[in-house]
Amino acid sequence: MGETKEKVFKGGAFIIEDLTPEDIITPEDFTEEHKMIAKTTEDFVIDKVIPKVPLLEDHQFEHSVQLLKEAGELGLLGVDIPEEYGGLGLDKISSSLITEKFSRSGGFSVTHGAHVGIGTLPIVFFGNEEQKQKYLPDLATGEKLAAYALTEPGSGSDALGAKTNAKLNDEGTHYVLNGEKQWITNAAFADLFIVYAQIDGDKFTAFIVERDFPGVSTGPEEKKMGIKSSSTRTVILDEAKVPVENVLGEIGKGHVIAFNILNVGRYKLAVGGIGGAKLGIELSSKYANQRKQFNTAISNFSLIQEKLGTMATNTYVNESAVYRTVGLFEQRMGRLTDEELKDGKEIAKAIAEYQIECSINKVFGSELIDFVADESVQIHGGYGFMQEYEVERMYRDSRIQRIFEGTNEINRLLITGSLIKKAMKGDLPLLQKAQALQEELMMLMPEEVGTETLEKEKYLLRNAKKIGLLSAGIAAQKFGPKLEHEQEILANIADIVSEIYNMESAILRTEKAISKNGEEKNKQKVLYTEVYVQEAFNRIEAHAKETIIASESGDTLRITLSAMRKLTRHDPTNVIGKKREVAKTIIDAEKYVV
Amino acid sequence: MNIFVLMKSTFDTEEKIIINDGRIDDDGAEFIINPYDEYAIEEAINQRDTHGGEVTVVTVGTGESEKQLRTALAMGADKAVLVNTEDDMEQGDQYSTVKILEAFFKDKEVDLILAGNVAIDEASGQIGPRLAERLNIPYVTTITDINIDGTKVSIERDVEGDTEIVETTIPLLVTCQQGLNEPRYPSLPGIMKAKKKPLDELELDDLDLDEDDVEPKTKTIEIFLPPERQSGKVLSGEFDEQVKELVSLLKNEAKVL
Repeated sequence: MGETKEKVFKGGAFIIEDLTPEDIITPEDFTEEHKMIAKTTEDFVIDKVIPKVPLLEDHQFEHSVQLLKEAGELGLLGVDIPEEYGGLGLDKISSSLITEKFSRSGGFSVTHGAHVGIGTLPIVFFGNEEQKQKYLPDLATGEKLAAYALTEPGSGSDALGAKTNAKLNDEGTHYVLNGEKQWITNAAFADLFIVYAQIDGDKFTAFIVERDFPGVSTGPEEKKMGIKSSSTRTVILDEAKVPVENVLGEIGKGHVIAFNILNVGRYKLAVGGIGGAKLGIELSSKYANQRKQFNTAISNFSLIQEKLGTMATNTYVNESAVYRTVGLFEQRMGRLTDEELKDGKEIAKAIAEYQIECSINKVFGSELIDFVADESVQIHGGYGFMQEYEVERMYRDSRIQRIFEGTNEINRLLITGSLIKKAMKGDLPLLQKAQALQEELMMLMPEEVGTETLEKEKYLLRNAKKIGLLSAGIAAQKFGPKLEHEQEILANIADIVSEIYNMESAILRTEKAISKNGEEKNKQKVLYTEVYVQEAFNRIEAHAKETIIASESGDTLRITLSAMRKLTRHDPTNVIGKKREVAKTIIDAEKYVV
Repeated sequence: MNIFVLMKSTFDTEEKIIINDGRIDDDGAEFIINPYDEYAIEEAINQRDTHGGEVTVVTVGTGESEKQLRTALAMGADKAVLVNTEDDMEQGDQYSTVKILEAFFKDKEVDLILAGNVAIDEASGQIGPRLAERLNIPYVTTITDINIDGTKVSIERDVEGDTEIVETTIPLLVTCQQGLNEPRYPSLPGIMKAKKKPLDELELDDLDLDEDDVEPKTKTIEIFLPPERQSGKVLSGEFDEQVKELVSLLKNEAKVL
């Protein structure tokens, strides 16, 4: 359904390449079918799921099972499953839109996401023919439900340090698994678990473990801060007997599955963040229009407008960035032949390519929903602290997003780490570009920036890329291989890289929309882009300075900082004024609009 | 059975109505299937599934209505027809629409025509009954239940909250009321199949009509929004004084006494 483009982009290449609007997929490119799929999902969630949320929050999980079956009847569970195994085999945009619309339902969206994403996808991508035929048709209808069991009490971020052990029995028919998997979503009712264990203590391997296998049980329901609508339990494997044919993928290659599935989980989590943020904006703008203080609606106060303006701006930018990543996957996966689609290695390669982009989306998408939920409570004032208001639950539900699917700290380290790896391997000519830049900076003359729409933003983006290279290059020169111990610097560079991806995604999306139907119809998009680029550029400047100051000293430091000043010189945008304009449209519409 | 549904695209119920130059501004507005027509589509699909045959959804509208027709196809209708009046008709009224539909049905074998009880925009409720008159077939409005047995049809209809039971025969036109059924969501397989189902587009020419034939019989003089609701007043003081003030307000300000 998504158009497959000729050009395929290397993961992370955006940091040194210049792209055109045609290079990315944007929400404005969605087809009528995409919109209908989104509408069906939204109607289902609002009419069927939301009324049951109080029951789900109360852990009455028989309703979760029932709702997932109903979702299955509508086809909402089979989008990523190929047609030959009872699914629909639709594109990544469709499945992302479904994820976005489910996010409205809070904890239930985690239930849904765990089933269709990390629960089902390992079999779709890495299962053999028999496993696919055996499990996928039932997972597509919701007849069977899936869960993913990687985390253990002693291994969270350090996933490969799992202690759960697997040993082949004497007959050679079964692996015997022993260990505990912690915080497993859907554990109360899942029929099968993707379990990771060390065969003979050192071969990290994935297994499909059915709930009914002997020796499989679950612990009591966890008492959580949020996402209470989802079931979370320990899965206990006590001499659990798993048939040898249930080894998923290759023995000792469990990490290939684990990490790639996490990548998909990461961008999907960001998609969910977008959906949640849109809901926060809707609830808060409606409330701000109703709530009167000092005889006027609080939406008339510019500090409230500032909040709504920032919420909407950041939502637009993250939406642009996340669907750009979805588009990258679609382009890359859409090119795989049927043969390659059956080969886990090819799939893994395709997913691994965009690890940097997935981590960027995860970090910024989760921080978006965290910020929006927090400000939504703030706009609601004391009422936002009360459980009758949806934003109270939203606030509690959002907090986990920065923690699961790899903490944001781990993901920040991954962003910079992967870039450095790509540079070392010669996948991306980062070192060459960084060297060329240092020479260029010596001669750099101030650039004349035009006044056409988005010209300044494009100029700032070009300079942001240079600042990114400059600070990364300096840190790499200074610390060499020891850079991996300088986590603050790695995180700073990750933030600069992420801001660049977000800025660029917004600029390209807005440009693409303007080229389609003119500037008049895209005023809001232009405002979002102007506001974000200015604020992001300020953040980039601060991160870069901190990095350079931590890496250099004395004259070199002074020279480097003055070189950077050449790159940061610009006529700043009036962010306060523009945000008020952004907010006005939101307050009139009482929802997120572009 | 040859089953037809009359469908109208209407503003999404959440749209704000904006009047520009005496006309309702639909620039950028979201459209939906008229909610009452959804009952008609759902019932048509159910009757087809029970008795066999084919469901055709017909609309008189503009290119924009194509989306709602696709949605009807995604719900399970077999065919869709758009009579596109965008280029031929400056203005139309219920007369124009009925005239067009009459021409459309002239050469059709019809067993059952279903329509919504009213459209939520102009809410005239006229199209169904007037079309039935022109086609010379019986009609029953605001139905909440329908059972077809051969050519005999038994219907329950909503009469201001009471229920009336009507027996009639096909060919027949009915208009559908809330309570008749619960319209389904277009499923994802349905949405994908809808792409390949036939959606024919006709213009007045194709129905041997020209602009004069569909000239409206009514004239819209003015379109205006209801006055904005004033905020309420809370009276205070002694009970007697409050009553006095209320009466005075009703007399002098609201001018209802």
